[in-house]
Amino acid sequence: MHKEFLMGNAAISRGAVAAGLNVISGYPGTPSTEVLETTAKINNGSIYVEWSVNEKAALELGAGAAYCGARSMVTMKQVGLNVASDPLMSLAYIGVKGGMVIMVADDPGPISSQTEQDTRHFAAFSKLPCFDPSSVQEAYDMIQEAFEYSEEYHTPVLFRPTTRVCHGYASIDVKDESEYIKNIPEGFVKDSSKWVIFPRLSYNAHLNIEKRNSELSDIFSEYKRNMIIPPSDTSCHKGIASHGISFTYVQEAFTDKDAPKILKISTPFPFPEKLAVEFLNGLDEVLCIEELDPVIERELTYVCGKYHLSTKIIGKLTGNVKNAGENTCDSVADNIAEFMEWDKKINSDIPTTPELPVRPPVLCAGCPHRASFYAVKQAMKGKKSVFCGDIGCYTLGNAMPLDMVDTCLCMGAGVNITQGIGKIEPDTSCFAFVGDSTFFASAITGVVNAVYNQADMTLIVLDNSTTAMTGHQPHPGTGRTMMGQIVDKVNIEAVLRGIGLKTVETVNPLELDKAIDTVKRISAEKGVKSIIFKSPCAVLIKSQKPFVIDSNKCINCKKCINSLGCPGIIISDSNVRIDESLCTGCGLCSQVCPVNAIGGEQNE
Amino acid sequence: MNKNILLCGVGGQGIVLTSKLTASCAMKKGMQIMSAETIGMAQKGGSVFSFLRIGKNIYCPMFGKKQADIIIAFEPAEAVRMLPYLREGGTIIVNTRPIMPVTAALKASSYNGTEMLDYLKKYTDNIITVDGDKVCRELGSPKVLNMIMLSEAIKSGILPFTIDDAVEAMKHNVKQQFIELNEKALRHNF
Repeated sequence: MHKEFLMGNAAISRGAVAAGLNVISGYPGTPSTEVLETTAKINNGSIYVEWSVNEKAALELGAGAAYCGARSMVTMKQVGLNVASDPLMSLAYIGVKGGMVIMVADDPGPISSQTEQDTRHFAAFSKLPCFDPSSVQEAYDMIQEAFEYSEEYHTPVLFRPTTRVCHGYASIDVKDESEYIKNIPEGFVKDSSKWVIFPRLSYNAHLNIEKRNSELSDIFSEYKRNMIIPPSDTSCHKGIASHGISFTYVQEAFTDKDAPKILKISTPFPFPEKLAVEFLNGLDEVLCIEELDPVIERELTYVCGKYHLSTKIIGKLTGNVKNAGENTCDSVADNIAEFMEWDKKINSDIPTTPELPVRPPVLCAGCPHRASFYAVKQAMKGKKSVFCGDIGCYTLGNAMPLDMVDTCLCMGAGVNITQGIGKIEPDTSCFAFVGDSTFFASAITGVVNAVYNQADMTLIVLDNSTTAMTGHQPHPGTGRTMMGQIVDKVNIEAVLRGIGLKTVETVNPLELDKAIDTVKRISAEKGVKSIIFKSPCAVLIKSQKPFVIDSNKCINCKKCINSLGCPGIIISDSNVRIDESLCTGCGLCSQVCPVNAIGGEQNE
Repeated sequence: MNKNILLCGVGGQGIVLTSKLTASCAMKKGMQIMSAETIGMAQKGGSVFSFLRIGKNIYCPMFGKKQADIIIAFEPAEAVRMLPYLREGGTIIVNTRPIMPVTAALKASSYNGTEMLDYLKKYTDNIITVDGDKVCRELGSPKVLNMIMLSEAIKSGILPFTIDDAVEAMKHNVKQQFIELNEKALRHNF
């Protein structure tokens, strides 16, 4: 055992490796990404590491490995589990041989997600045990225990940290390599009565699952990470129930005050009912401090009904805790102050601040997506058109002044949303924008659907040859794997032609005139046709020399700023200037300037 | 002797590395540390913060308002944004150079930082202003702002370690070719 300063996600990875991990697969998504990345980094070659094409593929791969007795982990963010839910629901009935942990990171806020969905519900829905760590140290320890439970009960288990645990850092105790478990998979043993799902098997499995979960509820009542902290003031008949990072905010709130009885829930499913009854015993009122949904609050309310307890349970359902967004030390302290009837803190006397500059996320200076969006915008000027976006950096194309994302729903959805809009508005030019990683993850079937069903639309593939948004993970179009192999790329143009598109053209969006002409020409064709705007992510390539604005030529019309919104172009002392520290020399602005005032080296 | 430290600024200023160095200095002294920072989409050009807590009986990586012993602000407006976290009697170290957001360029706003600095001076007791640009120029590189800010923070005496500790930590966290320059920046006012 020794101390290390680790990010929560790194701790989860290290814990899994210490537990004898054989296979890890996943699809990148904030806040889950670093678990798999850390594993790839520390891998001595004995672990198979894969960024899969999407979460469904990742989960199926993990299941296959676990069928063989391997210890496998699958990583994703909460919305990724929606994609993987089909294999998840069935796998719950089939079970596994080796330990299998499905790590799903939830994102209260949400800070970087479409939804505030709560994976604890998915645990109850799929009937799978769920672990909910509250700190970096606990995440490290708990992931190892999750593998043990999984293997003992032959079931995949969910491990659900939230953003502040995933991305928090702490100095924690970690095992030395000599203490690691070594798991040698037995291999696949054929048994069609076990591995082939049929209604009869499912009926029996369902009976067994319910029986097991009832047992697990009792076992989890004894699990050391579910606990009751006795009150420091024994005359107090109030209690607080919490979980995850919120539990630590509760602890913080009582550092210098007498604490009531506290219940910490680390396995929201199966809920440790016996422990809950013991906790509720003698309490008049319980405040539930939770993030996302009121899962514990509902369980405690249910337990009160079942055991005829008169304890009043309050929280989100009663309007005492806000229903959306993440908790903070301050918000929890306020909830607790109200509940404990403490004197109100005097409101912060910070005087009104001057107007603060807003810093929304924007496409980077030199980002090729800016050029692609601008080219389509120019080509379609004055024509009735709809631009359906998708998930990735390019969602930021919605910001002013580009304003080129009319819809965004979930991974890969843009293609068929475009098809649907086109069916109702046949006089509109419909465009779907999809990034290369999203294309492979979940847009290909959408394109097949659109082509076969005679849609009229232009598919714009924004190919920057990486998964940029989540930190540049490889995908089938990049030609490298997480095992360090250089492999044949899957060619997007060939995929589209294989599906049956007659027109597919690949253009560099930074050649603006050519890009605009291509859009004009191709969008006028009937059927599904595609333009692949191919130019590497600006973060991954070496910058060219920064461009400069010739102040003698510049007429201060600000067209560059107002049409492109590049962070590299700024106003300083009322003049338009290029910030050399940001400019990558992509040259897009020089092609937009009406008086040729922006140039590269020739202006020096 | 617990310390709550808050670093803030704009993505790309090297805040995350500064946070790492501070943490590894504290680790070396055998102290317990927790930290949390902005990650992902917000990083590029967005407001970035890093909470660091050193000491005993700390439960979570982020702390509440009015609890920071020191705020190390790499940008004036970001200093104002995070000011509610400064405890009474706490110290704020602020780099005076403002960074324009893209929105300012679009709106042609004239944000120049002066208003922010005036506000900070008016409402804080212990403020240390740093002309980071000037020091960077003297040292010959715009990339050492984070070392300059860390250096100032250590000089304030609030962080529980010495400049030698910071230099040692830096050597383990930056590429070989940048060590000399970073060391010069860390030691520039010692």
